[in-house]
Amino acid sequence: MNRTDLWKLLAVLTATIASVIYLYPSWEFYRLDPKARFEARKDTPIGKLRERAIPLGLDLQGGLHLVLEVDKTGLSQAEGERAVDRAITVIRGRIDEFGVAEPLIQKEGQDRIVVQLPGITDAQRAKDLIGKTAQLEFNLVRTPEEGGQLFERLDAALASRVATGQVKIDTALAHRPFTAHFIDAGGAAGFVMNADVPEMERLVASVDSIVPADTKLAWGPETAGPGGRTGKWLYALKREPELTGESVASASPNISQSNPGSWEVSLRLTPRAAMTFTRVTGANVGRQLAIVLDNVVNSAPSIHERIPSGTASISGRFNAETAKDLAVVLEAGALPAPVHVIEERLVGPSLGSDSIKAGWKAAWVGTLAVIIFMLIYYQLSGALAIAALVLNVFYLLACLAGVGATLTLPGIAGIVLTIGMSVDANVLILERIREELRNGRTIRTAIQMGYDRAFRTILDAHVTTLISAAFLFQFGTGPIRGFAVTLSLGLIANMFTAVLFTRMVYDLIQHKRTLSRLSI
Amino acid sequence: MLQLLVGTNIPFMKYRRIAYLFSSACLAATVIWLVMHKGPRMSVDFTGGTLLQVELSQAQPVDGIRHALDQGGFRGAEIQTVGETGRELLLRLGLDQSANAFPRAQQSIQAAYPGTSVTLRRSESVGPKVGSELAQRAVWAVLLSLLGILVYVGIRYEFKFALGAVVALFHDVVIVLGILCFAGREISLTTVAALLTLAGYSINDTIVVFDRIRERGKQLSKETHERAFDIALNETLSRTIITSFTVFLTSLSLYFFGGEVINDFALAMVAGVAFGTYSSIYVASALALEVWTWAERRRKPVRARAA
Repeated sequence: MNRTDLWKLLAVLTATIASVIYLYPSWEFYRLDPKARFEARKDTPIGKLRERAIPLGLDLQGGLHLVLEVDKTGLSQAEGERAVDRAITVIRGRIDEFGVAEPLIQKEGQDRIVVQLPGITDAQRAKDLIGKTAQLEFNLVRTPEEGGQLFERLDAALASRVATGQVKIDTALAHRPFTAHFIDAGGAAGFVMNADVPEMERLVASVDSIVPADTKLAWGPETAGPGGRTGKWLYALKREPELTGESVASASPNISQSNPGSWEVSLRLTPRAAMTFTRVTGANVGRQLAIVLDNVVNSAPSIHERIPSGTASISGRFNAETAKDLAVVLEAGALPAPVHVIEERLVGPSLGSDSIKAGWKAAWVGTLAVIIFMLIYYQLSGALAIAALVLNVFYLLACLAGVGATLTLPGIAGIVLTIGMSVDANVLILERIREELRNGRTIRTAIQMGYDRAFRTILDAHVTTLISAAFLFQFGTGPIRGFAVTLSLGLIANMFTAVLFTRMVYDLIQHKRTLSRLSI
Repeated sequence: MLQLLVGTNIPFMKYRRIAYLFSSACLAATVIWLVMHKGPRMSVDFTGGTLLQVELSQAQPVDGIRHALDQGGFRGAEIQTVGETGRELLLRLGLDQSANAFPRAQQSIQAAYPGTSVTLRRSESVGPKVGSELAQRAVWAVLLSLLGILVYVGIRYEFKFALGAVVALFHDVVIVLGILCFAGREISLTTVAALLTLAGYSINDTIVVFDRIRERGKQLSKETHERAFDIALNETLSRTIITSFTVFLTSLSLYFFGGEVINDFALAMVAGVAFGTYSSIYVASALALEVWTWAERRRKPVRARAA
């Protein structure tokens, strides 16, 4: 054996041993029961195995893929950039808290966030959980006197606009255009029937400049009002919040004490916030403190006494699930800006496993067809090409495991195509050897020339395919990228197995003897 | 030694004008189809909107489902059955019907067919902005990869060859697009991926032929250009056919067994490999021959004048 052959042999052996090492975790992992695989937590032995196994794409294992866009309206450039990073941290916190195995949360471009949640099938719940801004604020409700004055001022301002014809208001009581919509009033709040809510929302927007800067108007949730009519309360709140969501140390869902059978979310405040809370409640006994979530007044309980405990609760129409989700969201903190879902792809687990089955079936049938053809057409030399093919797929899978690339359904298609293409290189070489043999060369020279002359062609053919794969990667989303990666790795592995490995075998066979016949 | 297509002497280039007619007809058919249908049928990837793939516990008539969806507020939903069971449906909903689409669709179908349960297999929802971005990126990806291949082949061979090669690629991509359209398939991210792969792959056969002409350059220089191409094509015919054949086999396997999700992809590959082989002979080589001949004809008078 000469030096070059020794190096080649070493290279092949090293690559093969490394591949076995890389692939072993995947082999162990995917032999396990799917349920055990999926439910394993990060720090368990199975969880650790999963980290080293080839990850399956969402299209194969099922799950939810979301692309979110951070709404930067009203933010400066610097604020906008911070907002995206902060949003990622918050969303990651929420998802970790919620408990999803192997989530992926990634920034994409300037203002987008990609979220992948394997195994999730309830898209709506996940979107609510991720997309809720969750701005929590505790605001004092204006005193009844302050509220009365404000509403009078709004009435007067709107009435003068009506008089000058600036605003047309469809109401008999033109001198009380604002409060006329209240069918009940209590303190600094008025109850508006559902039917009047859109009209009132329009009015609220139009008086924005008249409301003093230290005050804001906020709606409550839909509820039953006087006479059983449903509607919403409109509150006048002090604009500056006494506390914000950052003061929440922990949040948990509970069954309500006062209203058994319904759920609420209890909050425990940080020690610092608890002190503020004690001070604020002590100084404002008799007033109402509104708990405002995403600009909706969740509730506005009256302060009966100083509250030293630093706990509060949010009640509402919760069930166990929504209460848990709100607790998760509050604990992880608020999003710095609203986010919108701009792309959503969900694959159910049944389709995922069908795809895996179909993908592997196609791979086996394709491989078998190629093997049969190669054996019939090229005999023993064909068998060598097949050995190279098997090695190629083996290396390809090991590379996937090594770089942690995800296997997707198009990725499996990439492997199937690699099987077809990997024999291409050998066909080119073998045809070339046959041609040289026909031209009367000895077997040794024919093999030598076959490899030398076919190499250029093989290289060019591989490079052009790699060029398209590169653009494919650039352009594609998840599954397509998976395809581009498997195709590229397959082609590179192919240069190694189809050219170097097979050549080495021929050289080793011919080392000590001269072949009188070549099975080709 | 089992040998096919060895020692052939087919005058490929003699028939190239017939091939031009055939290729032109295919291209024209595609273009006419596209103009008549105002472009290919685009998937929600590019148009934006929502696609639901649902499975019913019992097969129901498509018209009935359509009526049920109409009642449920999904006007103009496109409905298509997939797979062999007849129980699986693809529902394509408009952009404004995306919110909470599956629960609503489930409800309206189950209201019309009590006792039939509806489960979600897959859903895709793409906003209009993302859709048009993806479409733009797809077009760029195809154009840039064609350009990339043109530059590579131009550097490795000669530009007179590269032109034929890239026209052949373009030819293959357009015709496969046409075949997908004729077959009623949608153009999605996955089919674009197939078109790109095809572009990278279908050039391989062309490279084999060009390589042979370059290698035998001196010996073939005594022959006419047409004869030189014929010799190169015949000498490489067996490998052209066999390499295509193995990829064709695996693509067929994907088409028949790979499942519904990548069926469009597999169809594009099957058609692409077939047309890629044809075009390496009758588009890439034939055009390279035309350009070569044309360039020589232009050069000669110049030389004559100089002399």
